[in-house]
Amino acid sequence: MRSRLLAGLLAVALTATGAGCGDDDGRIHLTVSTFGEFGYQPLYREYERLNPEIRITERVTRTEDHHKNLAAHLATKTGAADVEAIEEGWISQFTNAPNRFVDFNEYGGPAIKDRWPTWKWAAGSAADGRVIGLGTDVGGMAMCYRKDLLARAGLPTERTAVGELWPTWADYIATGLRFRQRVPDVAFFDGPSAIYRGILGQQRVGLYDGKDNVVVRTNPAVKRAWDLSAQAVSAGLSARATAFSADWTAGLAQGLFATIACPSWLTNYIAQQAASAAGQWDIATVPGRGGNWGGSWLSVPRQTEHPAEATALAIWLTAPEQQARIFESTSNFPSAVDLYDDPVILERTSAFFGNAPVGRIFADSVTALVPQYQGPRSGDINARIIDGLTRIEQGRDSPDESWRKVLREADALS
Amino acid sequence: MRRRSRFHRLDRRASPYLYVLPFFLLFAVFGAFPLFYTVWVSLFDWDFLAETHTWIGLANYTRLFGDYTFWNAVLNTVQILVLATVPQLVLALLLAYALNHRLRMPTTWRMSALLPNITSVVAVTIIFGQLFGRDYGLINYLLGLLDVGKIDWQAGKASSQFAIAVMIVWRWTGYTALIYLAAMQAVPRDLYAAAALDGASRFQQFRKITVPAIRPTIVFTVIVATIAGMQVLAEPLLFGGGSVTGGSDRQFQTLSLYLYEVGFTRWEFGYASAAAWIMFALIVVAALVNYLLISRLRRHS
Repeated sequence: MRSRLLAGLLAVALTATGAGCGDDDGRIHLTVSTFGEFGYQPLYREYERLNPEIRITERVTRTEDHHKNLAAHLATKTGAADVEAIEEGWISQFTNAPNRFVDFNEYGGPAIKDRWPTWKWAAGSAADGRVIGLGTDVGGMAMCYRKDLLARAGLPTERTAVGELWPTWADYIATGLRFRQRVPDVAFFDGPSAIYRGILGQQRVGLYDGKDNVVVRTNPAVKRAWDLSAQAVSAGLSARATAFSADWTAGLAQGLFATIACPSWLTNYIAQQAASAAGQWDIATVPGRGGNWGGSWLSVPRQTEHPAEATALAIWLTAPEQQARIFESTSNFPSAVDLYDDPVILERTSAFFGNAPVGRIFADSVTALVPQYQGPRSGDINARIIDGLTRIEQGRDSPDESWRKVLREADALS
Repeated sequence: MRRRSRFHRLDRRASPYLYVLPFFLLFAVFGAFPLFYTVWVSLFDWDFLAETHTWIGLANYTRLFGDYTFWNAVLNTVQILVLATVPQLVLALLLAYALNHRLRMPTTWRMSALLPNITSVVAVTIIFGQLFGRDYGLINYLLGLLDVGKIDWQAGKASSQFAIAVMIVWRWTGYTALIYLAAMQAVPRDLYAAAALDGASRFQQFRKITVPAIRPTIVFTVIVATIAGMQVLAEPLLFGGGSVTGGSDRQFQTLSLYLYEVGFTRWEFGYASAAAWIMFALIVVAALVNYLLISRLRRHS
């Protein structure tokens, strides 16, 4: 009697663990895992209409957690979604482990390669040529500013004239000093992240040489980005707000700083956070023109049970037509080259930013962009450099002292 | 009949082991195995995503002894431990003493002492993060009213560690007080009556009767608080807005947070495992030191 009961319990337990794996409605279920705002929701429904056998669910996680989870799921070979988004700061860590991903070359990659600029394609590829990521968006770089605050300082407010205030970053800092003199209660920019990323993003060689060696110590371009940012911060131009912190969001909404270097995806964030200040914001060109901060890729982990369907979905989501629509809905700027002279993009304006021609501004910035190689730990090293600038803001260290600590941190990440 | 009694004897001998077996099985799977697997991992250059791992012997450990950031984290942890544990235990003792007196609605008071502890640590940290905010924090607002000037709580080493210690004290004081209260209620009432007859004041009764009587409980809470304090993670992580370095200058990065940084952002599992073992050793040492200190106190008084 007792043993039969036990057997029964065991059977129940086994059934319970066995259930849940099957696609019991006869459809193929695909999971897409993203972070932030990819704007894919309406596209999923359309894809399901075009492909009735597919059902798509999305998981959205905080950016840092998303990438940690992905790494854990890849290392344990279980739990990853069928399509996983990867951001610029992490892409090299994953292209270093191409065995964990499906190679898009085996699923029609070569035929669609020309959709992307060479650098975007290369950044999603491993050293041996396997392609693990298809480009979604690029950041580009522009300068968002508050018209009312510049006006208070007696500076021009029309976007072409504003862009002409700062052909170079040195001019930008000089303008900031003038601004600060006349409007002492408002900072000129938000915090160290955007200005530093703006300057570094324009350099041909960044934190890494092309072969995964960290060159923070020896590359004069990194030191230049540091020196300019440190100078701006030391001059008191910064609102001392860490990007995405509560102070930073409050600063956007309340106009505690006059300018912020903004990639395209950030403009959507500003429009949401500063909704009460609609009509006061505008966009001009960034000092040094081009540049990039951010942008992502879609990958398909090797552990997926449906590699063909998952790659097909990733290829469709990153196709130029879909990228153009996502730019409409979320301001994520397309990485598809053909769109850069397409009226769909060029004629797009943003009501929030005073009808600024955002399509043309970001298309210009992405065309002027100098591709820069991102190594495996770019994200971490950039975070340590921005910490260094924060130390100067906080008065913990002099710029020289802080730079010595940055080098020590960079060595630990080499 | 004989069979039945043999079964009965077997039942009496084996059953207790069966009852405790689930714990040991779970511990073996989720406790012991990871523990010893970490030793194995710590001997490799073990990148999380790499397919192969290189044996490097004790190199992770030698690297750790020269790692400035590791020792910085050790020092921060000990500082926060002292800043948080001493006030926590003293306050808990006083709170328990107060709760031990005749009060209206004793259960309500005791339950409310436990409330901070059952609140989610994330919620606690978000609330305190706003209290200690630089530009919009309540404390800085009050300081502004007093014309003292604002404190950038996160920027300073002392100010940030103080803020984190306050969160820990807030969370754990009530819990510890209830443990003390339970011990105090076991102290015979006639001791107090006799002391009162001899003219001993409330404070003298507290010092000479209550504290000596619950000394074993105090030793227990000191050790438990030490072990918990050495592993503080959520408070500094969330106080720093999710930054794994614990501030721009690692001024409030604790050992656990350093471990998290190395393991889960740099994905150096071998190195993180070595750090975990040194951390384990440090916790044992800290608990032992505290135990010896407290037992010395016992002999002195």
